Amino acid sequence: MKRLHLERLANPQLLALVAVLLINWALFPNFFRISWQDGRLFGSFIDVLNRGAPVAILAIGMTGVIATKGVDLSVGAIMAVCGAVAATMVVAGYPTPIAVVAALAVGIACGLWNGFLVAILDIQPIVATLVLMVAGRGIAQLITEGSIVTFNEPSLIFIGTGSFLGFPMAAVIALVLMILVTLLVRRTAIGLFIQAIGVNRAAASLAGIHSRMLLVLVYALSGFCAAIAGIIVAADIRGADANNSGLWLELDAILAVVIGGTSLLGGKFSIPLAVVGALIIQAMNTGILVSGFRPEFNLIVKAGMIILILMLQSPLVGNAAGFFKRDTRQAGSK
Amino acid sequence: MKRSLRPLAATAVIFLIAYALSVLQFPGMLSTRVLGNFLTDNAFLGIAAVGMTFVIISGGIDLSVGAVIGFTGVLVAVLISWMGLHPLAAFAIALGVAALFGGAMGAAIHYLQVPSFIVTLAGMFLARGGASVITQDSVPINHEFYAAISGLIIRLPGGGRLSFIGLLMVAVFLVGALLAHRTRFGSYVYALGGNPVSALLMGVPVARTTVQIYMLSSVLAALAGIVFSLYTSAGYPLAAVGVELDAISAVVIGGTLLTGGYGFVLGSFVGVMLLGLVQTYIIFDGTLSSWWTKIVIGVLLFLFIVLQRIIFAASAPGEESPEKV
Amino acid sequence: MADNNYVLEARGVLKIFGNHVALDGVDFGLRSGEVHALLGENGAGKSTLIKILTGAYQPDGGGIYVDGAKVSLDNPLHAQTFGIGTVYQEVNLLPNRSVAENLFLGHQPRRFGFVDFRKMEADARALLAIYDLHIDPASELGTHSVAVQQIVAIARAVQLSGKVLILDEPTASLDRNEVERLFEVVRGLKARGLAIIFITHFLDQVFALADRVTVLRNGKLVDTRQLDALSRTDVVRLMLGKDIAFSGATDVEPSENPDEVLLEFKGYGRKRGVLPFDLTIHKGEVVGVAGLLGSGRTEMARIMFGADPADQGTLSVNGKPTAIRKTTDAIKHGFGFCPEDRKAEGILGDLSVRENIVIALQGKLGWFKALNRDEQLEIAGRFGEAMDIRAASLDMPVKLLSGGNQQKVILSRWLATDPAFLILDEPTRGIDVGAHAEIVRTINRLREDGMAMLVISSELDEVVAYSSRIVVMRDREMVAELRGKNINPGVIVQAIANHPDEAVA
Repeated sequence: MKRLHLERLANPQLLALVAVLLINWALFPNFFRISWQDGRLFGSFIDVLNRGAPVAILAIGMTGVIATKGVDLSVGAIMAVCGAVAATMVVAGYPTPIAVVAALAVGIACGLWNGFLVAILDIQPIVATLVLMVAGRGIAQLITEGSIVTFNEPSLIFIGTGSFLGFPMAAVIALVLMILVTLLVRRTAIGLFIQAIGVNRAAASLAGIHSRMLLVLVYALSGFCAAIAGIIVAADIRGADANNSGLWLELDAILAVVIGGTSLLGGKFSIPLAVVGALIIQAMNTGILVSGFRPEFNLIVKAGMIILILMLQSPLVGNAAGFFKRDTRQAGSK
Repeated sequence: MKRSLRPLAATAVIFLIAYALSVLQFPGMLSTRVLGNFLTDNAFLGIAAVGMTFVIISGGIDLSVGAVIGFTGVLVAVLISWMGLHPLAAFAIALGVAALFGGAMGAAIHYLQVPSFIVTLAGMFLARGGASVITQDSVPINHEFYAAISGLIIRLPGGGRLSFIGLLMVAVFLVGALLAHRTRFGSYVYALGGNPVSALLMGVPVARTTVQIYMLSSVLAALAGIVFSLYTSAGYPLAAVGVELDAISAVVIGGTLLTGGYGFVLGSFVGVMLLGLVQTYIIFDGTLSSWWTKIVIGVLLFLFIVLQRIIFAASAPGEESPEKV
Repeated sequence: MADNNYVLEARGVLKIFGNHVALDGVDFGLRSGEVHALLGENGAGKSTLIKILTGAYQPDGGGIYVDGAKVSLDNPLHAQTFGIGTVYQEVNLLPNRSVAENLFLGHQPRRFGFVDFRKMEADARALLAIYDLHIDPASELGTHSVAVQQIVAIARAVQLSGKVLILDEPTASLDRNEVERLFEVVRGLKARGLAIIFITHFLDQVFALADRVTVLRNGKLVDTRQLDALSRTDVVRLMLGKDIAFSGATDVEPSENPDEVLLEFKGYGRKRGVLPFDLTIHKGEVVGVAGLLGSGRTEMARIMFGADPADQGTLSVNGKPTAIRKTTDAIKHGFGFCPEDRKAEGILGDLSVRENIVIALQGKLGWFKALNRDEQLEIAGRFGEAMDIRAASLDMPVKLLSGGNQQKVILSRWLATDPAFLILDEPTRGIDVGAHAEIVRTINRLREDGMAMLVISSELDEVVAYSSRIVVMRDREMVAELRGKNINPGVIVQAIANHPDEAVA
């Protein structure tokens, strides 16, 4: 791992992130000014880390799904469900740890459901996860009984707004999760198997890989990540908003993964670069905001980004599209 | 019965049983007023669902529908209220813009060879962002033409009202059905959804048809946006958020295979009516909350996906996965 | 040179993919009113020639002539305008649409701009009546048998082109009655003066239907002959090559020590796969499998490996009864399988050579006993060297390697699992001479090391050279087991060509 650090710094995703940050800095000279207040860091750059955390966390789970040639449209709705579970339980008087564990369990259960539809019933991922995408917000509203459940439980709020060594808690959670999941897939054979299934499921099966079990695992992980993101968002606003929590974030997460160089056709993937992708999206978000543009431009910039990536990856442009494709040397590294 | 008709028959039966049960519980639901409102309230969704039906039959998906509805509403409102254009001119401009927009998406899908969901996702961001950049507020439309159209109502015995937009939706469904089932274009759409390789070998103009399909979807979404502006007398950039999901659900519940190749335009009508019935029942009940709509739609969606999976299992080319875990 | 009788002619056609010559100056002439069989094993160049004749590929040299005039066929639709229609093995129609629409898609009769269904269905009924096919034209195509779909496909092709009909393995998934039905249709078209190219790997069908036969091998034309002057054995000999009557028998001693029995298949088979067979395989022996494409040789391999699990019969491994229901069961018992279709079922194209080599071993170790990068490099390096894999780096994607090197990678993948029994399906097909020799050397070396192997190959000389026994497959059945001095290409050809309805030639 160590000897690859220098190469990693030179990859296109990080360069793009640096470029976006520099543009932000040019538009808003105070962008990198960081202050220390009440035992924590403040500043636009810290804000990028903080606000980018939910999408980054979703992208961590989404990367595995997309690497198997799948997609998970339900993560936004799962966020709403899990946020609702955590909030309602805390309001009902359960201690925070139990509420959090329950919310995580619900997220995993949602993921298992998706995995069941995809791996066992062999339903196309985009179709299978559409079911929860549609029904999930209804379930979330059912849990919150239609209202925005607000809470004042400090330990739960801490997850969303607290800080650790001065850094925002959400960013710390995203970082820890990224490291843990990266280690999980890279230090075990899971990452290799996920890639094998994504590249050629028939060949992987003939080589003796249990593709179904692995698919279920991948969707469960995606549900788990969505649960964490849901809890963070709920804790951040001190309430569970079944209608708006995680709305359209599945699309941002997919975009982050694609920016991170994982192809929608499956195969090679990188979780850290997907997180970088999430940060690029958020940096543009924040940049547009702090430099005085209207936030609506954000959507247009995102659309432009998708178009750019599609052009770069398209067969028409051919091999010149090396930009956002993963360099095979580092992609294969452990 | 043709197997492709089975999901549609199931939907129709479910609709009739559900409606009968609702009427038993609330006799008031059997009235021309309720039926008339069914059409009016779901007009924009129905029109969008017609376009979505074509896209899904061809094996694609269009996530930009809701955003195009919102964008059109804003564009029309701005053209009428700020620029002082006649509504008909505004409509023509909006439909033209949508045709270009949809055509561009179709071209991108065909020539860049990328999944339709990612292209139409970009389209969604673009249309929603564009609408929000024009204005962030709701722009009211006060024009005598709008008032005149709202006044176009056929009164039914029993107090029901058939509105212009409700009838427009019915007309769009009928034209859509003709287009899908009675023209060469329609047969090409089914051909693309059935097997794109065969379609190409059989001489289907794949590029042209793909562009036309997404053009049609966007134009109908724009028409839905016009209808929505007639319905609300305003244009709002965040209008119709998530309507694409409702449209997809209505299309699938109406018996169209989400993987393409099979489906009926009029089936989507039944799907839209079923969704309308769920909402109306919840309103009549009064104690049930609106979120049950989403859950019921999700459950229906799941049931129909599994039903289709079973009916079409033989024809769906699954990936080879020899091992069972 | 120019033969005015030819409706469709290929002269000196050359096609090169990368540095592989797929077709090397092939001449081919087709007359109207004949059924012309095109024969050759996989990789012989049949499908490349067909794709050139239908405009799917452009030749790199030579030319295509229609009625004596040189033409350039841009694509299959363009070829159609010259009267050339094609029906593929996998019916390239739309199973989701009606029979009538499949016949007329793109040419539907219209009235006032709308498709005139009544006329279209009447036309369809009339058209199908020519083929003695009386089905409801409004019915969904997918609800009919493959045979009916084939006839519909033929009807469409003839209707739209009408001069030349190319049938690309149309009988592969038909039963005997359906084949006969199809043949009636083809004979009718022949009587109407159509020129028909017929591709199949069933010899009896060639003799039942064709007038002339052209045989390709390794991209070269072997010969074009009048069929009535040929025996079945002659045709097999043309296909498999060389003057094999004088080739020597094997010098491999059969290993018959009963203590050394590794596998015993009894009545092993699978419906729609292979009829039940008995086979005992000893340690340190190579059992060769001979048979033409479609004889059930690949199906047998897949059943043994559990890729398509057996539904009858028993298997014992080292004397212990064992059930293999999925590939992981087989791998657990030390099986390995190099499939015939390397690209679709073998390599993981985007993954590195190293990952491709360790994948099966890692699959055996499970999720959590991961080989680290150094271990992977060590294993990949060891086998890369032993097998002489020519790759710039072990970290380069395997899809960039040549076919021969890819085959060595897949072989290494299984050798890394230290297998007891290795199934190789056409291990030397379509690879260069050097890799070929390396793989044959490896097979010999592994046998000497005591590994049991089942090798499927259509290269008879090669099978003879390393096998101690040879089983012959025909029509999804194991029809012969040859041993000792019976193992020579001549006997094998006889066994493959033998036809139950016919005296031995």
